[in-house]
Amino acid sequence: MGEMPTPLAIPLRGIAANPVGFAKAVPGSASTVLEVRGFEVRLGEHGVAIVTDVSFDVAAGEVLGLVGESGSGKTTIALGLLGHSRRGLAIAAGEVRLNGVDLLSIPARQLRNLRGARVAYVPQDPSAALNPALRIGIQLREALSSHQIEARAIEARLADILGEARLEANVLRRYPHQLSGGQQQRVALAMAFSCRPSLIVLDEPTTGLDVTTQRHVLDSVRSLCCLYDVAAVYVSHDLAVVDGLATTVAVMYAGQLIELGPTAEVFSRPGHPYTRSLLDAVPSPERAHVLQGIPGQPPPPGRRPQGCSFSTRCPWVIERCRMEAPTTQSVGNQQVRCHRASELRGSMERKMLVPTVRPVTSKASLLSVEALDAFYGDSQVLFGVDLTVDTDRCLAVVGESGSGKTTLARCIAGLHSNWKGKLRFDGQELARSARQRPSVALRRIQYIFQNPYTSLNPRHTVEQIVSQQLRQFFEIKAHERAERTRAALESVSLNERYLDLFPDELSGGERQRVAIARALVVEPEMLICDEVTSALDVSVQAVIIEMLRSLQQERHLTMIFITHNLALVRSIGQDIIVLRDGRVVDRGPSEAVLDHSDEAYTRQLMADVPRVEL
Amino acid sequence: MLSRVLGGGWVLLAMAFAATTLGVAVGSAAGIYAAYVRGRIDGLVMRTVDVLLAFPQIIFALLLVSLVGPKLWLIVLAVGISHLPQVARVLRSATLDLSERDFIKVLELQGMRTHRIITKELLPNLVSPLMVEIGIRLTYSIIIISGLSFLGFGPQPPAANWGTMINTNRVAIVANPWGVVVPALLIALLTIGTNTFTDAVARVTIGLERRTEEAALLESAPT
Repeated sequence: MGEMPTPLAIPLRGIAANPVGFAKAVPGSASTVLEVRGFEVRLGEHGVAIVTDVSFDVAAGEVLGLVGESGSGKTTIALGLLGHSRRGLAIAAGEVRLNGVDLLSIPARQLRNLRGARVAYVPQDPSAALNPALRIGIQLREALSSHQIEARAIEARLADILGEARLEANVLRRYPHQLSGGQQQRVALAMAFSCRPSLIVLDEPTTGLDVTTQRHVLDSVRSLCCLYDVAAVYVSHDLAVVDGLATTVAVMYAGQLIELGPTAEVFSRPGHPYTRSLLDAVPSPERAHVLQGIPGQPPPPGRRPQGCSFSTRCPWVIERCRMEAPTTQSVGNQQVRCHRASELRGSMERKMLVPTVRPVTSKASLLSVEALDAFYGDSQVLFGVDLTVDTDRCLAVVGESGSGKTTLARCIAGLHSNWKGKLRFDGQELARSARQRPSVALRRIQYIFQNPYTSLNPRHTVEQIVSQQLRQFFEIKAHERAERTRAALESVSLNERYLDLFPDELSGGERQRVAIARALVVEPEMLICDEVTSALDVSVQAVIIEMLRSLQQERHLTMIFITHNLALVRSIGQDIIVLRDGRVVDRGPSEAVLDHSDEAYTRQLMADVPRVEL
Repeated sequence: MLSRVLGGGWVLLAMAFAATTLGVAVGSAAGIYAAYVRGRIDGLVMRTVDVLLAFPQIIFALLLVSLVGPKLWLIVLAVGISHLPQVARVLRSATLDLSERDFIKVLELQGMRTHRIITKELLPNLVSPLMVEIGIRLTYSIIIISGLSFLGFGPQPPAANWGTMINTNRVAIVANPWGVVVPALLIALLTIGTNTFTDAVARVTIGLERRTEEAALLESAPT
């Protein structure tokens, strides 16, 4: 007790009577399709508030981008727009009016008829949403026929929709697993658009896709929405994606809408410190700037502070923020839930460029790879890869999924042993698999995995996880082990409080920091980072990247940084190689490669990176 | 009469525990090892398991006992062996999923020995399937052992036993129904009891160690 659920800052009537018109700001948007008023979701009917007081409009042909960190309530709202709530949660108050009909108050049967027909949903993971046992054609026809469309009309509609989603007619005969991730997502889009809904809800549909595929899917979304005058709500944690797509953006924090307005204005002159912080965390493919992470975590439901929910992390916090929850105020075309909105809007610039002075070291190479061919069973995934990594430098390995970048990292680390070629580390040849390598070699090369949710043993405490590594490599006394464990955790800004916690008591970013501490505690010379931030929010990604960069410089680490995100390379990589279908197609110092490469593929990748236009 | 009932129960329980311990220990060791090491050893273990599975449990036990004679240790052994295949299969699939996780890869990169990875890292994560298996196998053991003794292959008279009691008293079921009903009820009660008990143990081992996020959420909820 002692904590109260976040009070409704605005009386529901108040906002309903006065829908400050951001929708009006979009020229030509005649009809409002979706009206959400005072939407509220709780844990159980009267439990803790998960999402409170959310109100917005979306007009036909307009895309609303709903952004925020994980846990901010984005998906809860997205599902609420279909009149649905996840198990254990309940929609406690509010209205979701679709063309004037309140989805939350109509009977279940009627709601079921509306879903799919009038309001459609595109889930995050299409491979999980498509039935693996049925051909695509059957699934698409099913979607149409369940909404009383005549058989003859179905075939015609099917042909239309395939063309619009840029799919070949032969996908109809295929099964979901025979399609690529991008194709699957376009099938999901086709399915959603097939009944000509008036509202479509897209829940992070491009997460997990490559930049190029992502761009194609986004293009499809944009043109489909435009073509059919559909109102769309696009949920994403990626501000750059939203920037290219959405006309309006709504920023969520701790279950509340904290800023709402036309995308261009919100991104160029954000009125809420949280929006500013999110923008500062987004890596830019053009300029290397210091990524500003947001320290701390969003308060979980039930632990939200008395005043402004962002006050605990806000750099612009004043006394009033802690005492009194801010109400929504209009600043220009934006609606901002911040006491200082009018004073702060557009004046929170604090971007710093990465110091370009980098340690120029002797060009001694620490690791060299010669003519590496790697195989999975009979199929070859790497073809004659050559590369060298110089001491104290960070080599970024970039490529789309399936390009073999992770396989390359695993070969170097000794996790994948089916390869031919030569690996030399500090002059000595490395055996194929980790099992055959001497303990010293294992200690000197440390590997950090992509997914911090699987790389820590859930049954061990943080202390056990980190000190285990010491036990394996050093014969030292228990107290020294404890000492070094503590020091390693300190270097990744985790204090003693974390020693006795289990991994599932930590957030994703904290877990990844534990994984980094585990690697650092044995004082390696080389760190292999395999997509270490791809499972994390941008704000957390920024913290991890900055941490890795400073650790690399302080400790003179040589690093291999694997990523699909070219924008990140700018912030951390010094050299770069680009992999395509298992071959190195481009290499060089990162600025040179990113800015003026002769290689068409690299330029294409750069062009496809979504970016925030400022 | 009461002392015979209680004494019979004691023997049955002890035998069931012994058979379960044997079956689960050997079965899970084989299953976990096979799943982690993979390759030829995995094939060998799993084919052996398939062969064992081909024998019907009760018939197999009957066969052994009728060959050698109704020795207590033999019954325990027969029942224990009949548990092996199922236990091995369940634990193997649980381990397969687990050993693909990255935290196991981390340990391989440290050069940790196989047996240490299995005992120190995999086993703590397998507590819940293990507890469930123990529960199921214990109840099965009770049923099979009392079934065997009902058929006359259990501990021989004059030693008391619930299964044997049902068998000898069933002739007089009309005159004295309690002679059959009481031991039968006791067997049922014991079976249900062990099951709920091990279920509870499994829940506690999962739940008490760490609070789940949901529990934390609910706890912080104002009531």
